Amino acid sequence: MNIIVLFMVSVMAVFVWWMVLQRVTAKTWLEQGVAIDPRAGADFQYSHRVASKVALWVFMVVITALFLLFVTAYHMRMHLGDWRPLALPGTLWVSSALLLLASIALQAARHGASNNRRSLLLTGFILGGVFALAFLAAQWWAWQQLSAAGFLVASNPANSFFYLLTGLHAVHLLGGLLVWSKTAGKIAGGAPVASVRLSVELCSVYWHYLFLLWLGLFALLLNT
Amino acid sequence: MEQVAIADQHDEHHEPTSFITRYIWSQDHKVIAVQYGLTAIAVGLIALVLSGMMRLQLAYPESFTFINPIAYYQFVTMHGMIMVIYLLTALLLGGFGNYLIPLMIGARDMVFPYLNMLSYWFYLVSVLVLVSSFFAPGGPTGAGWTLYPPQAILPGTAGFDWGILLMLISLAIFIVAFTMGGLNYVTTILQARTQGMTLMRMPLTVWGIFVATILGLLAFPALFVSALMMLLDHVVGTSFFMPALLSQGQLTDHEGGSPILFQHLFWFFGHPEVYIVALPAFGIVSDLISTHARKNIFGYRMMVWAILAIGVLSFIVWAHHMYVSGMHPWFGFFFAVTTLIIAVPTAIKVYNWVLTLWRGNIHLTVPMLFAIGFIFTFINGGLTGLWLGNVVVDVPLSDTYFVVGHFHMVMGLSPVLVIFGAIYHWYPKITGRMFNDTLGKLHFWLTFVGAYSIFLPMHYLGMLGIPRRYFANLTTDFIPESAQDMNIGITAAAIFVGLVQILFLINMVWSLRHGKPAGGNPWGATTLEWQTPQTPPAHGNWGPTLPVVHRWAYDYSVPGTAEDFTPQNVPVSPGHDTEDEEART
Repeated sequence: MNIIVLFMVSVMAVFVWWMVLQRVTAKTWLEQGVAIDPRAGADFQYSHRVASKVALWVFMVVITALFLLFVTAYHMRMHLGDWRPLALPGTLWVSSALLLLASIALQAARHGASNNRRSLLLTGFILGGVFALAFLAAQWWAWQQLSAAGFLVASNPANSFFYLLTGLHAVHLLGGLLVWSKTAGKIAGGAPVASVRLSVELCSVYWHYLFLLWLGLFALLLNT
Repeated sequence: MEQVAIADQHDEHHEPTSFITRYIWSQDHKVIAVQYGLTAIAVGLIALVLSGMMRLQLAYPESFTFINPIAYYQFVTMHGMIMVIYLLTALLLGGFGNYLIPLMIGARDMVFPYLNMLSYWFYLVSVLVLVSSFFAPGGPTGAGWTLYPPQAILPGTAGFDWGILLMLISLAIFIVAFTMGGLNYVTTILQARTQGMTLMRMPLTVWGIFVATILGLLAFPALFVSALMMLLDHVVGTSFFMPALLSQGQLTDHEGGSPILFQHLFWFFGHPEVYIVALPAFGIVSDLISTHARKNIFGYRMMVWAILAIGVLSFIVWAHHMYVSGMHPWFGFFFAVTTLIIAVPTAIKVYNWVLTLWRGNIHLTVPMLFAIGFIFTFINGGLTGLWLGNVVVDVPLSDTYFVVGHFHMVMGLSPVLVIFGAIYHWYPKITGRMFNDTLGKLHFWLTFVGAYSIFLPMHYLGMLGIPRRYFANLTTDFIPESAQDMNIGITAAAIFVGLVQILFLINMVWSLRHGKPAGGNPWGATTLEWQTPQTPPAHGNWGPTLPVVHRWAYDYSVPGTAEDFTPQNVPVSPGHDTEDEEART
């Protein structure tokens, strides 16, 4: 449980540090007026753009907690004697490369969106989704190879965790693809660049995150 | 992602026009809150009936043919799970969180109204899946609310086939629903506070809900992980938690799994869950006490820090639920220490509530009665928590009624008293009408005294060593006959308290039509939700302009002011136009 406790404590530490920045020691009962609000400048306004980014980051912290809990369980289960390490199929290197390409393509799309370069936006965004789908196909292929070789989900805990972790990662990517397909439809339908900029940006951040998450999982699976 | 938040729509608030968009597929946080609340109360009533049946069995064993051991364990399990997750968590965060966050911080709605609506509908589906297990082959699971493997999915446990499956699926859906809601609550509090509403000016209710939501977002994944892995053990035949074992003479296909691993994961969620329920209750009760004692909350900053400290510490005490799992003694020592440390910020909060009451102008309104009742109950339950936090005391008491008494005091009755207090407190804002005061007071006293008659004697039964979880304690040498008399008394009280809740339901329904019009701010409260232009607040909450906050949330009985409260949005008066603290200190 050390892994997850360490993560929780770090999250909490960041939260408390951020709290300290928020004048957590202020004697607000002595203060009146709006001037004490650090956001009180004339341009203070709720921004849906910022809120969406905050929500995505919070969501990514939640997903990290989820996967670290699995990693914690993985670590504890690994030491129980009946664990037989799984020889990973080489396909996973291909899928890793595909996910990297997806991430790069979405970064290009984001660049296109912020510079109003419509063709770059369209190409990058579509490619980002296509590479992500190709990644999922490669993962599926790896599953097929493993089960054809007799490494079934229930035959060893190492196998169970492999299917579980890759499957859950794929589910999170599928969720992203759902949002991607809506936005891709808009872009292809000729919606103004400004109206999709936020979605493109959020998609790219989420793609990068899922790529990094996959790298972490892949490293774990390779080394145990 | 393309949803434009209501807070962004300065010109029009897209008020829904048809009945269906207004009350069914509503994206208005207030309607969603009421939907959450009513669903939670409805499912809570089921759990209440289940507890009544358990009590009937305990008082009169071998008298009811429809309560056999299988049914009894199903009642225990469903009662526990429904109360903790589907009632308390859903009502405090989905219900009060939804209603109060935007109103208290001066926002027009949650920042993602569509996601908020989805959150409720996912919650409803999770409830329906759970309730459907009553009608599944074999009935609901009888594994106990902790669902410990291996027994949860082995023949011999009620509902080992369908019941546990539906339970695990329902929990997974609930967690998805909570995550959608939780992302909304956190983002709304971080981003949509109105001008002047700094974090340290937020009412403690919002603080409690805020930190509890963060705990939930980080802790519910642990339940998700354990549910998913158990689901795979059950359906696919993996061995995450399932060891090699003989079940009813047959060798199972499992081998090598660790039931203790499940316990760690479950309680890594399970202990923060206590605070996911408690922190909103702490926050709400602080506001009730301050408002109805007409006095600022004592030690506001310390209250906020205590909420934060409890939130952090709640992640490193989980194994105190596992003292009897055979853990290493140093482990037990570590968790006993952290458990006792978490009592410090909790005690600070209790002192501050009592000191807020001290020399306050206490109005014994119905919400205030419930708030004071909570303080009593929480101290009772908290003190026995100090006992049980110590390994040497916990080990002999762990499997007795002492624990049942303890956690019902601290995590059952305490938050329920706050919920009742909160419903009475905000009922005038939600409905625009006052409830019947006499009925409310009657409801409080009968519930309070009745509930104590249930749970206090349980501590005594536990000290006698009477085991919990047993279907019947018939002729057992060390149990005196008087214990059975006490069981009958407890059952009588439990049935009585259950029936008394009808008074509450009648009051709520009757007052909807016949209550006195409440006006905008019947309690003379300072927080923003009482300053809305309409009561009940209209769609978008604030009319054309958002409120601007000029002071903290607790300006009660400030010397030199005409009234004994100054709302947060009242501008600084000319004689007091200091804009910073230095000028006044």
